[in-house]
Amino acid sequence: MTMLEINNLGISFGGLRAVDNLNMTIQKDELYGLIGPNGAGKTTAFNMLTGVYKPTDGQILLDGVDITGKSTVEINKMGIARTFQNIRLFNKMSVIDNVKAGLHNDYKYSTWTAIFRLPKYFRTERAMDERATELLKVFGLDFYRDALASNLPYGQQRKLEIARALATSPKLLLLDEPAAGMNPNETQELMDTIKLVRKNFDMTILLIEHDMKLVSGICERLTVLNFGKVLAEGETSEVLNNPEVIAAYIGD
Amino acid sequence: MKLTKSTKNTFVTCGMVVAAYLIMELLMNGGVLTSSHIKSLLVPICVYSMLAVSLNLTVGILGELSLGHAGFVCVGAFSGAMFTRCLSGVMPGWLCFLLAFVVGAIVAGVFGLLIGIPVLRLRGDYLAIVTLAFGEIIKNIVNVIYVGRDSSGFTIVFNSNAGVSLDSDGEWLMNGAQGVTGITKYSSFTIGVVLLLITLVVVLNFINSRTGRAVMAIRDNRIAAEATGINVTKYKLMAFTVSAVLAGMAGVLYAHNYVILKAKTFDYNFSILILVFVVLGGIGSVRGSVIAATILYILPEMLRGFSEYRMLIYAIVLIICMLFNWSPSAIEWREKVRAKLFKKPKGKAEIDSDNA
Repeated sequence: MTMLEINNLGISFGGLRAVDNLNMTIQKDELYGLIGPNGAGKTTAFNMLTGVYKPTDGQILLDGVDITGKSTVEINKMGIARTFQNIRLFNKMSVIDNVKAGLHNDYKYSTWTAIFRLPKYFRTERAMDERATELLKVFGLDFYRDALASNLPYGQQRKLEIARALATSPKLLLLDEPAAGMNPNETQELMDTIKLVRKNFDMTILLIEHDMKLVSGICERLTVLNFGKVLAEGETSEVLNNPEVIAAYIGD
Repeated sequence: MKLTKSTKNTFVTCGMVVAAYLIMELLMNGGVLTSSHIKSLLVPICVYSMLAVSLNLTVGILGELSLGHAGFVCVGAFSGAMFTRCLSGVMPGWLCFLLAFVVGAIVAGVFGLLIGIPVLRLRGDYLAIVTLAFGEIIKNIVNVIYVGRDSSGFTIVFNSNAGVSLDSDGEWLMNGAQGVTGITKYSSFTIGVVLLLITLVVVLNFINSRTGRAVMAIRDNRIAAEATGINVTKYKLMAFTVSAVLAGMAGVLYAHNYVILKAKTFDYNFSILILVFVVLGGIGSVRGSVIAATILYILPEMLRGFSEYRMLIYAIVLIICMLFNWSPSAIEWREKVRAKLFKKPKGKAEIDSDNA
């Protein structure tokens, strides 16, 4: 079953063609990697997938539904959640509130209910607490639940960002350079986390990464971008042995 | 039922206000406190506390610096005052006063919404400047409105009422720069405290909810909030409007504490004064806003003995407050003192949040 289908996606900023003719198909439950040198257009592609940029041409289908040009909020509601290259947490909120903010659209009550503290408020908040604690436990973050997000160690912040993204109950999870700034031990831990997410949540994951150890370790298929164009795609081992890819990216 | 941290927090804050109220009432009824000067400060203290709490919603929770809070107070005060001025003869006083709050809140809310739509597209300094401008515009417009009433209905003119005559039974309700006169003095300390409690409960319940989390998420990181499925415009507007509604109610209370209400009162300094309360009480801390508004409002009055040095000492106190609240070394010192007073288990304590 196809989860994400990208057809001839492209975007121009004035005369600069940042991404051109991008085609990609991701199956359900697949772990897909998007790699390429700096400035290749990987994050731009992510930003088009999440509605931050409107593509100038092409089409994006999520689970068969056209999401091209929709707003970020709508796309999130339709099932794409993401993390960011430079961690973007809600820093002055507690760890559990970060996750509860992610539960915003799944657990609802009106502002009036909140102001008058009607029974529905307590009921929903309790359910949210339970769900959020569950998610934190998966990532081993429940110990920090009342700490401020900004006080967490770097590796835990990455995990919290993934937990928050999963709280929006997505069909597809986009990870933008999850291993950036991590030492080998942390990267190893992150790989375990990503595997755990796939197992526990049946999640389809698309990730951007520079760390070849992580990419070759967990990604099943890859697309390589260079100067906004697809350079190669296919099984991870094949792609990483492709001489063109080695020349453009890994270095000859 | 086990109380959550936020519920406990609300009870402590409201309990503090009730305790202060009871002590003041005891002192006044027991004949200890007889100075009419101090008694006259009680309602304004409630008004300024309400305003500081409501502005904290915009500045602390939404994270946008608004310099036009006086504008909403002005709108609320004048609509409330005009309401009681027109209708106090038709219905019992208490009902009229109650409805005045509803009117003031609605009118201020509408203004909050209308001003919020363009203003909240801006950020940071630009937003501050534009709110300041709106505050001044409201004040200046109200300052030139003349409203008269006679047997043939209402007459509204701008700039000057010279040459406009009313029937013999008519009167000018609103007199441009002279404002509204002959307002019935409905406000009392008790009503003020009740309203302050309402404001506190509304704001604290707002903050500790799904809506409040959405607003704070936008404050902390707008891009991440959008990617998490939070409708940024909607929640920004909501927080801004609630803040305006509460300011409008405080305005009604303020208006009915005096016989004359002039638009000139609600100038730039008025907004800044409230902002000072919010900043020195701790941005985002509701309890701090009430404490700061109370102390910093009484202080200049208590310093009257120093005559011309009064404002100098007031300014020095403000600077000391600011240093105590925000300078890193003062915060460190406070943490040390707190650690000595209440010994927390080590390890987890360092990472725990302490935003009460």
